[in-house]
Amino acid sequence: MGNEAEDMTAFRSDLRAWIEANCPEEMRDGGGGEDGKTCWGGRNWVFESDAQKDWLDRCAGKGLTVPTWPKEYGGAGFTRSQEKVWLSELARIDARLPLQSFGIWMLGPALLHFGTHEQKSFFLPPIARGEIRWCQGYSEPGAGSDLASVQTKCEDKGDHYLVNGQKIWTSYADKADAIFALVRTDRDVPKHKGITFLLIDMETPGVSTRPIRLISGVSPFCETFFDGVEAPKSWGEGISSVVGEVNRGWDVAKYLLTHERTMISGMGSGLGGARPLGAVLNEDMGGTMDATTRAAAMKAEIDSLSVALTLERYKDKAEAGQGVGDASAMLKYVGTELNKDRHELMMSAGGSDALEWEGAHGSRPADWLRTKANSIEGGTSEVMLGIVARRVLGLPN
Amino acid sequence: MLADMARGFLDEKAPVTHLRKLRDAGRTHDADLWAEMAGMGWAGILIPEDLGGSDMGHAAAGVLATEMGKTLAASPFLSTAVIAATTLRQVADERANAALKGIAEGARTYALAIDEGPKFAPDDTALEARAEGNGFRLTGRKTFVVDGGFADRLLVLAKTEDGLTLFDLPADREGITRDTRAMIDSRDAARIDFADVEATGEDVLGQVDDAMTVLRPALEAGQAALAAEMSGLAAGAFGMTVGYLKERKQFGMLIGQFQALQHRAADLWCQTEVTASAIAHAGRMLDEDAENATLAVSLAKARATETAKQAVIESVQMHGGIGMTDDFDMGFYMKRARVGAEWLGDYGYHAEKVAALRGF
Repeated sequence: MGNEAEDMTAFRSDLRAWIEANCPEEMRDGGGGEDGKTCWGGRNWVFESDAQKDWLDRCAGKGLTVPTWPKEYGGAGFTRSQEKVWLSELARIDARLPLQSFGIWMLGPALLHFGTHEQKSFFLPPIARGEIRWCQGYSEPGAGSDLASVQTKCEDKGDHYLVNGQKIWTSYADKADAIFALVRTDRDVPKHKGITFLLIDMETPGVSTRPIRLISGVSPFCETFFDGVEAPKSWGEGISSVVGEVNRGWDVAKYLLTHERTMISGMGSGLGGARPLGAVLNEDMGGTMDATTRAAAMKAEIDSLSVALTLERYKDKAEAGQGVGDASAMLKYVGTELNKDRHELMMSAGGSDALEWEGAHGSRPADWLRTKANSIEGGTSEVMLGIVARRVLGLPN
Repeated sequence: MLADMARGFLDEKAPVTHLRKLRDAGRTHDADLWAEMAGMGWAGILIPEDLGGSDMGHAAAGVLATEMGKTLAASPFLSTAVIAATTLRQVADERANAALKGIAEGARTYALAIDEGPKFAPDDTALEARAEGNGFRLTGRKTFVVDGGFADRLLVLAKTEDGLTLFDLPADREGITRDTRAMIDSRDAARIDFADVEATGEDVLGQVDDAMTVLRPALEAGQAALAAEMSGLAAGAFGMTVGYLKERKQFGMLIGQFQALQHRAADLWCQTEVTASAIAHAGRMLDEDAENATLAVSLAKARATETAKQAVIESVQMHGGIGMTDDFDMGFYMKRARVGAEWLGDYGYHAEKVAALRGF
């Protein structure tokens, strides 16, 4: 124990020194998410500043864009405890992540779990270096909460797959280089059993996108159309376009959904260096928070800290070899509902100042509206409660 | 491991029917049960091994308290093994160590006499300990002294000239009158009157005018363990309710098939999990960084209070009429949840602590 603790202390001080020496000042502004200042990477990414590029390159050089991935695939081989140290050291100086993407969050974990060595060697390093930007093609107009009903048709044409259909809510499809999509490869079996997880280059003829404007005024989501798309069966010698097996894509999708839900859950905790909600509200209201707001703020604070602890507890469990599994539904439900509450409070505290799109509170109204999607995307709160009721509690159908 | 062992023992020796039997017999304490718990090392769970304890720490005490909550096991565990033991361990002089030995053996029980009004407010303590010669004279009233009806000794918080002072007195000292009250949870609590009670300097724990140095860690340990007990209580009520949803039929179907009930049960489980995280965190902080555990402890007590309330309200509702009957056990859970909500600080008290520590 003693040695382990000492090792961790040394590990932390080394990382701290490295971050101090390598993280540009401009990247220490505490931001992240969808504000556009964090690098998403990709073939067409235009760096906002030298700082953004330097920070990405320096981190990628040490595997720190994907610290828990194996070194051979572009990661740093960190354990979960080491990753926590990395994240806490970033938070300490309000540093941005060097890179964020659906390749890191979603495709990477899927490939690490289901991919062949050839697929991992080919796809993972460019994701880690920010050279390719992936998007996720899951939902369809007729398959939202009922995701396994996807109808996008995929036919085996011998030397290629012929794909026809439409996806919706494809995050940043208009900016992405490639898409991992759930497609229907067999219509004659129960719906879960005829789905394949397919990797398609967005530059393939017949793929087109159209952004969807949201109530928040932004368009993070798109419709994606596949119109007679001839998708190659491989991306190179021995590098299959299918992750897992043909018709077994639902296994991959389910695995990724637990990742996605856990990730979305974390958006609401308001921890990780962020200022306490109550302090923000108090300042907005000129230091005279009314009793009703104060009581609501206290509850939000108590719940936020407790939900953050729950997320940590479950991630720790996952490291010890016990997967998060169906409990990801719980994490998503509590995290996103809480996030909505927090943003309602911030809008209320901002009063009429927070009603202007570009007012004193910056992106607050857009952020508030954006949180309404949190309890819908990746499975609605109602679907989450259904999963808990039936799979965790074993209540009858 | 510890949880499994505790569950086995409690299911056999202290199920809810045990509390019911005590109540029906007009008793609030089972000395034999406590002796058995002490024999397993539970009374000494926070006491050093060289004083006869098992010294397993606060997280482990929380595990035991959780299991006790599930069956509503009535014992002096919180008052004696957690609060008094933690206080005496802060003092750690010869007399305190002797007292700790007595606790670990199960030979000595304690009650904390701190409340004076309907709400937990130690800073407002008015019971006066007037200096007289080398000693003190205590005059005033304490209320909601949990286990105060049977405890051998009392930890009494009193106002002295320049602050608060903590006394450790035998409960039968002259001038002390105990009035055991019939409480809704069928557990022990007393109103205690102090009429010019004599105390010496040796009866003081810690320093005169500085009770909180020794008492604050003990209060936090007690609050965390009580939160753990309440989470166990919530889990116990919830387990019964989920079982009922799977067997009760109405309108020709299992009531657990109704989505309205499924979603409420699922929400309750989610809240239970979130609260469990806060409780585990509090135990860990008390063991690893006790100086800075206040936020973690108040989070745990606040969450546990809310979750236990939600659990018992939903449990009675989902059971329907039978949930309202005394023959059925759910009422015991509801009543204990209400007592736990008030003891050692209610939701509002702990929410204020959180707010202060988070800068608003």
